Amino acid sequence: MTAQRIEACFGALAREGRAGFVAYVMAGDPDRETAAAILRGLPAAGADVIELGMPFSDPVADGPPIQKAAIRALENGMTLAGVLDMVREFRLSDSTTPIVLMGYINPLLTFGLAQFASAAAQAGADGCIVVDCPPEEADPLADALDAENLALIRLATPTTDDARLAIVARRTRGFVYYVSVAGVTGAKEANADAIAPAVERVRRASGLPVAVGFGIRTPERAAEVARVADAAVVGSALIDEIAAAITQKRDPVAKVLNTVANIAMAVRTARLPAG
Amino acid sequence: MNITSPPSLRPNDYQALPDEFGRFGDFGGRYVPETLMPLVLALEGAFHAAKADEGFQAELAGYLKHYVGRPSPLYFARRLTEHFGGAKIYLKREELNHTGAHKINNCMGQILLARRMGKTRIIAETGAGQHGVATATVCALFGLPCIVYMGAVDVERQAPNVLRMNLLGAEVRPVTSGASTLKDAMNEALRDWVTNVSDTYYLIGSAAGPHPYPEMVRDFQAVIGVETRAQMLDAEGRLPDAVVACVGGGSNAIGIFHPFLNDEGVRLVGVEAAGDGMHTTRHAAALNGGRPGVLHGNRTYLLQDTDGQITEAHSISAGLDYPGIGPEHAWLHEVGRAEYLTATDDEALEAFQLCARLEGIVPALESAHALARLPELATQVGKDGIIALNLSGRGDKDLATVAEKLGRQI
Repeated sequence: MTAQRIEACFGALAREGRAGFVAYVMAGDPDRETAAAILRGLPAAGADVIELGMPFSDPVADGPPIQKAAIRALENGMTLAGVLDMVREFRLSDSTTPIVLMGYINPLLTFGLAQFASAAAQAGADGCIVVDCPPEEADPLADALDAENLALIRLATPTTDDARLAIVARRTRGFVYYVSVAGVTGAKEANADAIAPAVERVRRASGLPVAVGFGIRTPERAAEVARVADAAVVGSALIDEIAAAITQKRDPVAKVLNTVANIAMAVRTARLPAG
Repeated sequence: MNITSPPSLRPNDYQALPDEFGRFGDFGGRYVPETLMPLVLALEGAFHAAKADEGFQAELAGYLKHYVGRPSPLYFARRLTEHFGGAKIYLKREELNHTGAHKINNCMGQILLARRMGKTRIIAETGAGQHGVATATVCALFGLPCIVYMGAVDVERQAPNVLRMNLLGAEVRPVTSGASTLKDAMNEALRDWVTNVSDTYYLIGSAAGPHPYPEMVRDFQAVIGVETRAQMLDAEGRLPDAVVACVGGGSNAIGIFHPFLNDEGVRLVGVEAAGDGMHTTRHAAALNGGRPGVLHGNRTYLLQDTDGQITEAHSISAGLDYPGIGPEHAWLHEVGRAEYLTATDDEALEAFQLCARLEGIVPALESAHALARLPELATQVGKDGIIALNLSGRGDKDLATVAEKLGRQI
């Protein structure tokens, strides 16, 4: 399946005339079992695509919630091999929901790019976002992923001008992830009016669906984005629920999946006529 | 004729790198989030334009002379030479610069560049606080707001430098993520830069980070080696047999090495921090105890676990307490042009005291790592030989650390 699973998903969304909801969770946060239960529950709660974070010790593009989630996961023994095991397990009960692995390049280099691509494809992952590997550095990664028919999903940002957008689009497959604000994950909110033209610009340059992320924290906000983009990505707000559940000694699984359901509902109904 | 050997292994011009991709062999590059890519490309363009501009070079030279106090002396250390009984030892007195270390050379260059680029807000990371102090100093000089990210642990153990930065008008932001040291401060500075892309200039202090920083910091620090080379020819009528410097990120070392890279008769020796010893995990020796990987925008040698997670560095010297090393050092190590030794905390502490007693110079604990390898190097180079050692900073900032180690109250 691999990259085709992403294409099939966005094809179905387009036919339904609605945007997708991409839910980001960190593999192994707060521990492997809980994270696996969350992962299993995401499709039923309304996630159309899953972004699964590969924890890294020094996540420079992430704000405090995701940094802390990575540390929780690493402290509880999560490894890159462990992330792929989680994907394999998930695929036993779900063969349609695309899984995109998101992380940083160093653990992948340590694993070996070709070995990683092969193991990820075998586990049932569909694509990969590597935040600190811009197009200028990404050819070896793109080659490895291509060989296994995994999608390399690249980021476009407000600082990406038209000339760069062409470079970003060149080896991107599946969808383009538009980072709606200059900033780290979960920090400031994007100006809603600026998102629609930016999405259009990225769509034109890439010919691919555009998912918008960074700074989307509420169902209302996700709905706004879902009106203009092909998908809305929510991550830090979900991770915050896990952190809060730990503090309150409550069940993170129920808390996160409840939030996912609320956001999914908002995304699914965003383009319906009011009333 | 040997056309089969890969060209990268024995280049005939060691000064030709980095290439257009910011690579030194397999090292370096620009591993930054897309948001920062346009910024590092713009910085590269602005830096190369400034480098070629005589007006910029003249302005920088003026500040280096009248504000920093350059050239720094190359001093024949008679008593250290007698003590070791081998090669003649010269000290390049970077500790006599304004703010007490080599860090100001780079800050002076970058602040002029930031002004040229119209940037109005300066951010920096610091470990021991020396680079933070130097950055705060040049920001005060030009009236620019300055934010320095510093690990909360370092804020604690380097309190005098925090006060100095505050007095210079800088805001010091303690970083509590990770182990709260230099690596985490650099993460946080990068996060600030990603968030404030239009007005902010990130003034990196190490010859590390994404291209063009390793090249730029090296070029601004190369004044050390250019002066040393001329001063040595003046004093001895010949080049030294060995040039020695401590290496954390490696800016003082690359600064003194670079003008000597094509002088193949000159041994280049970097000294990494071995902390509690190379047989332990508590050290900061990326080349001697790490392997290649990607962190903070470049591919280089890193301390990391088997899963590619970055591990913490440990050194008595906060300025060497970093799990990586500049990419040009990684390349010089691989091609064998420079050699990299280590010195433990205890060896550095001993050299620190020896230099103070014999020469009346209290060196920074960083520089003391280079001094600690003099016994062997002086013998190897021998009586007819000459060693130039980069005394990169003064040790006043380390008195509290040293007092604690020596069991003294101050």
